[in-house]
Amino acid sequence: MTIKSEPFVVNVGPQHPSTHGVFRLRLTLDGEKIVDADMVMGYLHRSMEKLAEERTYTQNIPFTDRTDYLSAMTGNLAYVMAVEKLMNVEVPERALWLRTIMAELQRIASHAMAVGIFANDCGAWQTPVMHMFRDREKILDLFEMACGARLTLNYMRIGGVSKDIPVEWMPQAQRLLKELPDRFAEYEDLLLSNEIIIARSRGIGTLTPEQATAYSVSGPMLRASGVAWDVRKADPYGAYDKVDFDIAVGRNGDVYDRFVVRLAEMRQSLRILQQAFERMPAGPVHARLGTATVQPWGQAVAPLAYRPPVGEAYARIESPRGELGYYIVSDGGPAPFRFHIRSPSFINLTPLKLMSVGMTVADAIVILGSVDIVVGEVDR
Amino acid sequence: MATRTKFLSGLDIAHRIEQRFPGAVDEALPEFAMIKPERLIETLTYLRDDEELGFKFLSSLTAVDRLEWFEVAYHLESFRLNQATAVKVRTFDRENPKVPSAVTVWQGAHLQEREAYDLMGIYFEGHPDLRRLFLWEGFAGFPLRKDYLNLPGGLNAGLERFPGEQGLDFSGRGTQ
Amino acid sequence: MTSFFLKGEWYDFRDLGNPVGGLLHDIDKIAPHWVVYVVASLIGTGGIVLWGVLSCLAFIWIERRVVALMQNRKGPNRVGPAGLLQPVADALKLLMKEAITPRAADKIVFWAGPVLIFVPALAVFAVIPFGPKMTLADLNVGVLFLIAIAGINTPAVFLAGWSSNNKYALLGAMRTIAMLISYEIIQVLALLGPVLLVGSMRLGDLVGWQDHYNTWIFFIQPVGLMAYIFAGAVETNRSPTDIAEAESEIVAGYHTEYGGIKFGFFYQAEYLAGFAIAAAITTLYMGGYTLWGAEKYIPSWIIFLGKLYTVFFIYIWARGTLPRLRIDQLMAFAWKFLLPIMLVNTLVVGGEVLIWRENDISDVTALTLIGLVNFFFGAALVIGWARFLGHGRGRQVGRRALLTQEVGAVYFGAETSS
Repeated sequence: MTIKSEPFVVNVGPQHPSTHGVFRLRLTLDGEKIVDADMVMGYLHRSMEKLAEERTYTQNIPFTDRTDYLSAMTGNLAYVMAVEKLMNVEVPERALWLRTIMAELQRIASHAMAVGIFANDCGAWQTPVMHMFRDREKILDLFEMACGARLTLNYMRIGGVSKDIPVEWMPQAQRLLKELPDRFAEYEDLLLSNEIIIARSRGIGTLTPEQATAYSVSGPMLRASGVAWDVRKADPYGAYDKVDFDIAVGRNGDVYDRFVVRLAEMRQSLRILQQAFERMPAGPVHARLGTATVQPWGQAVAPLAYRPPVGEAYARIESPRGELGYYIVSDGGPAPFRFHIRSPSFINLTPLKLMSVGMTVADAIVILGSVDIVVGEVDR
Repeated sequence: MATRTKFLSGLDIAHRIEQRFPGAVDEALPEFAMIKPERLIETLTYLRDDEELGFKFLSSLTAVDRLEWFEVAYHLESFRLNQATAVKVRTFDRENPKVPSAVTVWQGAHLQEREAYDLMGIYFEGHPDLRRLFLWEGFAGFPLRKDYLNLPGGLNAGLERFPGEQGLDFSGRGTQ
Repeated sequence: MTSFFLKGEWYDFRDLGNPVGGLLHDIDKIAPHWVVYVVASLIGTGGIVLWGVLSCLAFIWIERRVVALMQNRKGPNRVGPAGLLQPVADALKLLMKEAITPRAADKIVFWAGPVLIFVPALAVFAVIPFGPKMTLADLNVGVLFLIAIAGINTPAVFLAGWSSNNKYALLGAMRTIAMLISYEIIQVLALLGPVLLVGSMRLGDLVGWQDHYNTWIFFIQPVGLMAYIFAGAVETNRSPTDIAEAESEIVAGYHTEYGGIKFGFFYQAEYLAGFAIAAAITTLYMGGYTLWGAEKYIPSWIIFLGKLYTVFFIYIWARGTLPRLRIDQLMAFAWKFLLPIMLVNTLVVGGEVLIWRENDISDVTALTLIGLVNFFFGAALVIGWARFLGHGRGRQVGRRALLTQEVGAVYFGAETSS
């Protein structure tokens, strides 16, 4: 007598403690093994690309905060760089350094969250998350001092940044920079050699370098597979060509290597920040654009409506999740004709089925955690 | 150390493509090279596999509605040679735009083509699983098109209900 | 047990069996025998239930504060002074919630699930000696009773998961069955060690042996204790093995569909089962209610509870620290690693006891030798077996990322790429 067995379908999400937002994964299981993994997205689709076509270029900057809400600085930065490329604006030196500093602080904050949540997915009941959030809180305090907000920062402007940092900012940042290396050493001690994390993540979700390149994977996921590609080194923007740092590359392309790469990148960000704090020059933080007016305190104020020339531009940066690009098409009007976000989380999800088939449910959660998605960016 | 990604001009790319596949290029500007749809797959394969070009990374696939035609822009990158370029393909069919799918060339196009289909309505021939991605099955219309919400028949596509619900008439105007 | 000046009179609260015994003695004089039995059982059961429930409530607060301290934050500190009324708030909340039964669930089994899990966890305490005269039923086969009643947990969890008519619950239930069955065997073997040494399954005898020889079986059989701590964690679904209710994977496993007081039962049963395992560890391995003569000054039940709570703290500690194992890794650990070690351990203990009984060796030397042999041989066995299975030193070391300055290169790729 044969016992009839059929594969059954389990929905992971959209309400789930571990899908990093409203994201649904339909797994077809045969026992505990995954036979098929289908992603259902769109629960957070806010039609940003369409809405942006009805707003001016400056009014679109808050949109870019809200796509990748865990690293708003880099979202802002990619967009304003695309518009600057379109308008051929030259950004002053101090603004470039400030952009670099803010982007690297944001990278530390975002990776702290990513690594903590990854350990949470492995089952450590929020202990690493709580410890890493303490560092993140201090960084968010710095952001609050600089631009008034903690999460949706709206700091970058087309031609520079919105305001210069206050006087107390640099000493506090220097103090933070002194404590962070020890705390990172503590995390590396506790997490890197943890047997259970290694057992849960080594050999899981492997991507070879060819697969990673073919599937348009970017960011820490690509570097964990052994491809040494970082937009900060390949096509430097901001002040990245004036600082010295390394790219962290993994060996095997599995979940463990992605986690290791993110930890290493946090350290490299510290290195960049140290150099940037020493070398940042004084000066204006916003470019003088054609019809800018000057406020009494000497900073240029951008007008509300820029009209870039007809054309298109594609600018990309290295966000904590991967290669974030903005493709802006202009028709000469005050609003973009086409506003497309090349979001890394969305494209990094392409090989999810490839990585998950053959693994168990617990592994699927861990693999999803290693992709480090932010659903705001996936769905836009 | 501080290298820069070399952006290969569209004219350069178009020249190379013309040498290899005569007649494949539609139009060439410094920013991009426009390829004819029927020659797209072989051109993209050539761009990926050629030794001097080697664009093995598809950075972005974007669909744009240019009012008279639809175009799909491919931004390509090569890691080994640190260069980038952009190619485009367009179709003048406004009712049923069709473009060959690039999934066979770069698998990274999979989700991006689904998104372009979902939001812009461009049908990618040869795509293994072309379904709507962000919007639900049964949604009428393609939101990112410039003439969305001006659909003929007075239908207001945004109020379409979910599949499975019967007999609800939210438009208040009756079906037309 | 040495006695002090209170000498076992009814007011000697160092052993709560004394006042109860006095009361029963008085009742016996005025009522038929069966009344005495009824009253005795009521007092015993009532005492255990009261203590169990109060401990659960206390530990709701303690666990959350301790885990919070490990996570660099404060725990509940709003409800009442320093959050001490938090358990009351939790209990009230659970009582007031609507206990929803899913429409397609199997109603009788769904109702029976929490009961089947709660009652055995409480029933186990019947054989545990809280003090010299404080065992509700000091059965001859106490250890067997312990294992058997704790084993009801397995089908009960499965019934709870199955009757919920929910795929997550079913996944949790399936995982649990596999896990619990594997670790029952380890548990039995771990409990067998002390039984072999002492020669009796009665828990009172085990404590008596440890008192007589003035030692804890922990020092004599460290391998058994380690295995039992781990197997106990698995049996009660606690981290790092809380796979059945892995919150970040299958939301809540077998008790996803339970709400209100039914969930309260599951919650309490988890704590009670944890206490039961801790009680078993204390009794069998850590001396029970004795503390090398301190029972003269400190009541024995306080000593026992102190040890129990200390052992339970280790479980809380593990929960706050360790990530979770995957089900197949857990089972591989049980069958491939722990089971052979425990079998060898049982063999070795049996051999030692045989040698001891047959020859005329003084107790102190015998126990010291046995302890040392067990310790070193156990360490060698564990390390050697782990190496044999391939979990050698080099493979588990954490690894750092490579740092490079060049762009576009591929490291350690199988074929070339660009």
